[in-house]
Amino acid sequence: MYDFSRGPLVWIAFGIFLIGSIYRIVSVIKLAKKDKVVLPYMTWKYGLRSILHWITPFGARNMRLRPAFTVMTYLFHLSLLLVPIFTLGHAILWRESWGIDLWALPNLLSKLMTFIVIIAGVIFVLRRIADPAVRFVTSAGDIVLVILVLAPFVTGLMAYYQLAAYQTILIIHIWTGALWLAIIPFTRIAHMLYFALTRAYMGCEFGYVRHSKDW
Amino acid sequence: MRETPESLVVDPGLDETIKKLTPEKIQTVVEHVLTKENAARLKVYSDTCVHCGLCAEACQTYISRDKDPYYSPVAKVKNTLWELVKNKGRVPPESIRDMSRIVFTECAVCRRCSMYCPFGIDIAYLLLVVRRICSLLGVVPAYLQDTTNSHAATMNQMWVQQDEWIDTLQWQEEEAQAEIPSCRIPLEKEGAEVMYSVIAPEPKILAQLLGNISQIMTVAGIDWTMPATDGWDNSNMAMYSGDFEVMGRVERLHWETAARLKVKKVVMGECGHAFRGAVYDGPRWLGWKFPPIPMVHAIEFYYDLLKSGRIKVREKYKKSVTVQDPCNTVRGRGLGNKLRYVVNELCESFIDVDPRLEHNYCCMAGGGTINCGPPWKRSRMVSNRVKAEQIEATGADVVITPCHNCHSGIEDIVGFYKLKKHVKFISEIMVEVMEIPDSLKA
Repeated sequence: MYDFSRGPLVWIAFGIFLIGSIYRIVSVIKLAKKDKVVLPYMTWKYGLRSILHWITPFGARNMRLRPAFTVMTYLFHLSLLLVPIFTLGHAILWRESWGIDLWALPNLLSKLMTFIVIIAGVIFVLRRIADPAVRFVTSAGDIVLVILVLAPFVTGLMAYYQLAAYQTILIIHIWTGALWLAIIPFTRIAHMLYFALTRAYMGCEFGYVRHSKDW
Repeated sequence: MRETPESLVVDPGLDETIKKLTPEKIQTVVEHVLTKENAARLKVYSDTCVHCGLCAEACQTYISRDKDPYYSPVAKVKNTLWELVKNKGRVPPESIRDMSRIVFTECAVCRRCSMYCPFGIDIAYLLLVVRRICSLLGVVPAYLQDTTNSHAATMNQMWVQQDEWIDTLQWQEEEAQAEIPSCRIPLEKEGAEVMYSVIAPEPKILAQLLGNISQIMTVAGIDWTMPATDGWDNSNMAMYSGDFEVMGRVERLHWETAARLKVKKVVMGECGHAFRGAVYDGPRWLGWKFPPIPMVHAIEFYYDLLKSGRIKVREKYKKSVTVQDPCNTVRGRGLGNKLRYVVNELCESFIDVDPRLEHNYCCMAGGGTINCGPPWKRSRMVSNRVKAEQIEATGADVVITPCHNCHSGIEDIVGFYKLKKHVKFISEIMVEVMEIPDSLKA
């Protein structure tokens, strides 16, 4: 079981993630050609200008209106992206499997960032329940998604602290991680793939076409 | 859908028209619009929205109604488009009535929410897709549909006939001549520098604005003209009612008229959605990337006149003023700073609003909402308490609104919330304070 999880399962997950992502992006670009008013109005300058403003903390007014939420969202997304790639245990796997020498996060930082992901995720769920505007548009799927995203982080921590039978928890960790990777293109986590596209399009609509700004 | 005071409003455009709907017809139209008329944006926006609710804070209806979650931008999409997509168009006629109410009277498609969505989702576009569906089903507030019918029959918004149009221009020419004897409103002058565009409310109910522009053009020494034929009005309510076929006809005639007159550019009077129709939505529907002849909005035109010294100010306007930033020329054209330059040049005391420029609150009259008429006025007023509070906080005596919708919308708010303010167009102040050279005086 462990061998399968460490070997083929991860390959399959990466495969689904990569092929799925390429498929989603290619089909969107095809659709964009059909939606005739999209591509002719897109320029690199205004697309990148908008993306840059919206990945810079407090770069948009809405971020400045809610500073605590902005800080939390940034740390959450940053940790979510960095920990799976650069955590020490994973860096070793990169080297063992593919001979890639990656810089690894210091252990303490890694742990801290994992806690940030989990705490922020829990706050996201609480916000969905507590804030009427968010609750009104929340469906069960939105909560399940957060749970799926948090699962590999929780199990990763459990494995690190050896809170349960190490082998078992490690297998669960790998499976939840693989699942997390594989569902990216097919769930709302696809916003990771689409962010640059929607942002760039709106940046061009506001900047290139309307001589205005969108942040 | 929940019952609100608004869902009890009587409007034959919604109540009577849904009686003719069948489930099959609804389904056919919904499928057509979702699959044949829309592609990437609809798909990506639907897949990307993470239901975070961050757009809520952008919307004047949400803020003004004590943060009622029902009025956040995403909630409006949930109650309309998501329902249609989820059920593949299999919804009862009563739902179409509710959706029509939401998209036509509770959203002014001002696009402020797009600036608050982290993904830049064009929420107003999504609601315009629903408007399109409602229009094809014939379920549109009656007053708004009447303006579209007027466009279809007369090519202008208010059933103005050609003789009335010419007659009004000549009358206003005489009015302007009472101030400056050499004033003209030159009709059909081929090869003029500028064609001046107005919208139907000017000849119909605000004719003095035509006299004003005659004075301004004369003092500035502009070589200008107006058409004597149809094609002078591009206010285009069809763009907002979802009747894109009529919208396209109106814009095509407008541009063909400008081309026939061989003008170098078109100056659009103080109207926002006419500018939007002529510069963005019209050309796109007609398959042109950009307008065939440059169009300059009045804000920019006045800016150029003041900056170049063609219009000089005799004595600045005394009362304290503030501004309303129209969505289609400030968020939609980046003219916010030029507007402030013009206002500061003309007026002694300008007090800015907060939030300002692109982030200013919507007037809740544009996007066709005010054209939905008296049945919906109370709802519009309740939906924009925040605008009343914002204007009141400036303490200014006059609100300058370089857009017809903003003008009427703010006037309604001033009346409803008893604000003791006056609402003015830029041109009204400009004719009052500009210097008239001795050579032009009688």
